[in-house]
This record gives sequence, C-alpha cells and structure tokens, in this order.
Amino acid sequence: MLASSHEGEAGGSYLLRFLKAPLASFQDFLFLAGRAFGNILRSPHYYDDVFLQMDLIGVGSLPIVVPTGALSGAIIALQMSRALSTYGANSEVGPIVALTLVRELGPVLTALLVAGRNASGIASELGSMQVTEQIDAMRALGTDPVQKLVTPRLLATATMLPCLTVIADAIGWIAAYLIAVPLLHLVSSGYYWSSSWRALVPNDLAQGLIKPLLFGIIISLVGCYYGLRTTGGTQGVGRATTQAVVSASIWIFFVTFLIDKIFVNL
Amino acid sequence: MPDSPPSPMVEFEAVSLRFEDTWALHDVSFKLHAGQTHVILGAAGSGKTTLLKAVIGLVRVDRGSVKLFGEDITAMSEHDLYPLRGRTGVLFQEGGLFDSLQVGDNVEYPLLNRQIGEHNNKTDSSSAETQAREALRFVELEQTFDKFPSEVSGGMRRRVGIARAIVTEPPLVLYDSPTAGLDPITANTIMALILKERDVRNTASLIVTHRYQDGELMADFRYDPERQELVRLPQDGGSRHRTRFIVMKQGEIVFFGTRDELAASSDQYVKRFVRHEE
Repeated sequence: MLASSHEGEAGGSYLLRFLKAPLASFQDFLFLAGRAFGNILRSPHYYDDVFLQMDLIGVGSLPIVVPTGALSGAIIALQMSRALSTYGANSEVGPIVALTLVRELGPVLTALLVAGRNASGIASELGSMQVTEQIDAMRALGTDPVQKLVTPRLLATATMLPCLTVIADAIGWIAAYLIAVPLLHLVSSGYYWSSSWRALVPNDLAQGLIKPLLFGIIISLVGCYYGLRTTGGTQGVGRATTQAVVSASIWIFFVTFLIDKIFVNL
Repeated sequence: MPDSPPSPMVEFEAVSLRFEDTWALHDVSFKLHAGQTHVILGAAGSGKTTLLKAVIGLVRVDRGSVKLFGEDITAMSEHDLYPLRGRTGVLFQEGGLFDSLQVGDNVEYPLLNRQIGEHNNKTDSSSAETQAREALRFVELEQTFDKFPSEVSGGMRRRVGIARAIVTEPPLVLYDSPTAGLDPITANTIMALILKERDVRNTASLIVTHRYQDGELMADFRYDPERQELVRLPQDGGSRHRTRFIVMKQGEIVFFGTRDELAASSDQYVKRFVRHEE
C-alpha cells in the first residue's frame, strides 16, 4: 500500500516535471499576448510600423495566396465534377465550391501559407535582433520591444489575413467557375453563380471571417514569441523559425477544430 | 574622496543573481559617482556583461539592491525604467545597431524616442538630424549618415554605437567590450573617443573590457580640448584616482581599486589581467 502510494507520488512528480516546461512556455506566451493587446490602447503608437507590416504581410503574400486560391478552386471543381456525376448532381458544383472555400479551405490554406511565409519571417527577424542584442538595445534606449515590434505585427496580420482570405476565396470561386462552366459544361453560368451565392448563409460568412482573424493573431504572436525567446546564435534563429511555423500550423488546425465545433452546433 | 559628489549614479548593494546552477553575480557591491570611471576586467563568463545589464535593469537580480541615479530599480517595472534608461547611454558588444535603419536613423533614434515620450508622438526630425550629425562628427563618421550598418566596418559600427550612446548627452555611459575583436589601431581609436567623451562632458563610465591597456588609457590619460589630443596625467595627480578597476571572477568582485593597487596585487587571478613591463 505504502509502496504504491510512493509510486503514485513519483509518477505525479515526473508528470509535473514533464509538464512544467510547456506550461511555463504557454504562460509566457499568454503574458506576451496580454502585453501586445494591452499596448493597442497605450501610447506611443507606431503607426508607420503597422502600415509597413501590412504591406509586407498583406501585399507581400499576394503572389503566393492568389495562385494557391485559384488552384484550390480549380482542383475542387475537377474532383467534384467526377464525384457529383456519379449521383447526377453536377449542377451542385457551385454550392460545394463556395461552401468548401468559404468555410474551410480558403481560411486554412491562406493561413498555412501566411504562417509558412510570415511566422517564419517574423521569428527569424526578431530572433536575429535578439541574438545581435538589438532587442536589448531597444530596451536600453527606452523603447518597449513589445510595443514597437509585436503589436504592429499583431495588428497587421490580424487585419490583412481576413483580406487575403477573401481574395483567395474569390479567386478560387472564379477558377472553379472556369473549370465547371466553360471547360466541363457542368452547369450554366447563371446557375453557377446564383446557386453558389444562395448556398452561403451568414453562419458560413461568419466562420470565413472569424477564422482568419484568429489565425492572424496566432501567426503573429507565435512568430514574435519564438523570435523574442531566441538563444544560441544563428543556429538558434533557425530553430526558432522552424518552431514558429510548426506551432502556428498546429494551432491553426486546433483552432479550426474548435470553431467548427462551435459553429456546427449553432 | 573630496572630488566625489555625495549621491552615487550607480550603487550595487550585495547584489546576487543565479542562472540555474551558477552565480552570474554573487554579493556584488560598488558605487559609481559622477565623473568617475570603473573599468571591469575578468575572464569570459565571470559576470561582467551581466553586471552591466543589471545597472539599467536589462537583467533582474535575485537578491540585493540596485540604485540608478539614486532610485532603487530592483523591483521597478519595465515601463518605469524607460525614463531612467533614457538618461543612460549604452554601447553593446557588437554595437547593437538596428540593421534595418540607416546609420543616421540609428543615431537619431534615441532623440526621436525621447521626443515621442515627452510630446505624445510629435517629433522634430530636423533638430534630431542636426544633433545626430554632430554626434557622428564627434566619432568622425559623419560621411556614413546615409549608409546601412552592414555597409560599414566592425570598428565603424562600434563608433556609430558610441555616437548613438552619447547623442542625448547622458550623464552615465555603459560600454560593453568596446574594443573586442578589433585590431589595436582601431581599438585605440575607440578608447580615445570614450576618453574624449568622458572628459569633454564629464560623464560617468562603466567599461567592460578584456584589455588591460584600455583601463590603463582611461587611468593615465585625459583629453585636452585645446590641443585636441590625449595627454598623460601626472603620476601623482588626483585625477588618476577617478578611474577604478574592478576584477570579477565567477560572479564575484575579487578586486576593487586604483591602477597602482591593481598593478601591485599579488593575487594570481588578478595578476592575469595586468600587463607587466618586461
């Protein structure tokens, strides 16, 4: 009895040790997120940095978001044409493309692309600044690095990712139209647009906009978090970059699951 | 000490800081008054840079108290520390320049930052540019104003770092290994600039260095503004005592004293940092 109680205690302390580091990291992440959000209302405001980041993250991501959105729409149309023809439901290609793009593929694919491009970019930029003492220099010169570096990236990503998602959705929708109507003659042009537009309800549009907003917050904060805790020189910068992309991608899928769970029950 | 004002600019009282199993700082106490220079020597990993960062709260200490300009900063919030840090110039080991900004913008940064803090986001960039150019002229690098830090040499970056540290004319300047990795000629140029800054503006300085010669220069010379060159201080002059030496070992201060006391030390560890004439 005594032995089993000791074993239980040992197992408990092992579990505590095992969980201590990830829990401490998560706590640090929440502190950083709290400070970044708190700074939105606090002076000084670095508007120039916000607009610069909007340009880098938003406009800079267009060359990868546009072709990916187009190819996603085209691929869905091609795959659905075969599956729908089995049931004689070719005319439903428009609604299926619209729902798939707006609810899931548009937000998730765009977020993954932006995570690959910008979470890594943010982590490597801030990581390089950390290992070359630029962050310390900033603090020494009386500037809050969270206010100057994190909050502008948070605001820029959270506003630009929904815009990029809407663009990807629209491009994908048009690409799917080109496959379904002029190429495969599955439906008439008018029916494609009217049926797909009718299929979307406010719940879908809300999902399609809330998801990229949350993904934008995750991507920027995860990138900044790993960048700011970089140690170990250039090797550490590489490690921070990888960790930022992997973590942001996992969080994107996890948050998708949570939002789907909420919206499916609505 | 008759030439020391009563209130120290920096005061450490029994300061300790532990990183996991090792003491980064252990029971460290010292005072730095206006116009004084402390040269900090020690082996790599002995806590010199940590001590320098603790002065302005970039690292927080576990025990003891740190006072900056008479204010206890030991438990001060990061936000409250910014104004005090704004009164302190810092030169980081590699210069710590922002590589996304041009040299001129780097030097203007502390000025614009101070204006943002004082005038709620309103800045006067023309006066900041004038002052930045003057600071760059002081380190003889005005021609690099429009260059990026990556376009200038390591020694130049260090000099730009000095210009940025002194542009706001702070009463206290911290130098972290200002001559590390530089050739002797460039290193002497940097030290001459530090000496010039100290003597022209009467700033208090804390200098972390590996080179005994750097400390020797600070203790034995002064900048003569009329002749615009360094002149040797008389052997028995009181001014030599403005420069004190701190030797650190595993986070502890194992020596504190003047250059003559350092040269006379019989401690084997301390003797390693003194250049003895053959």
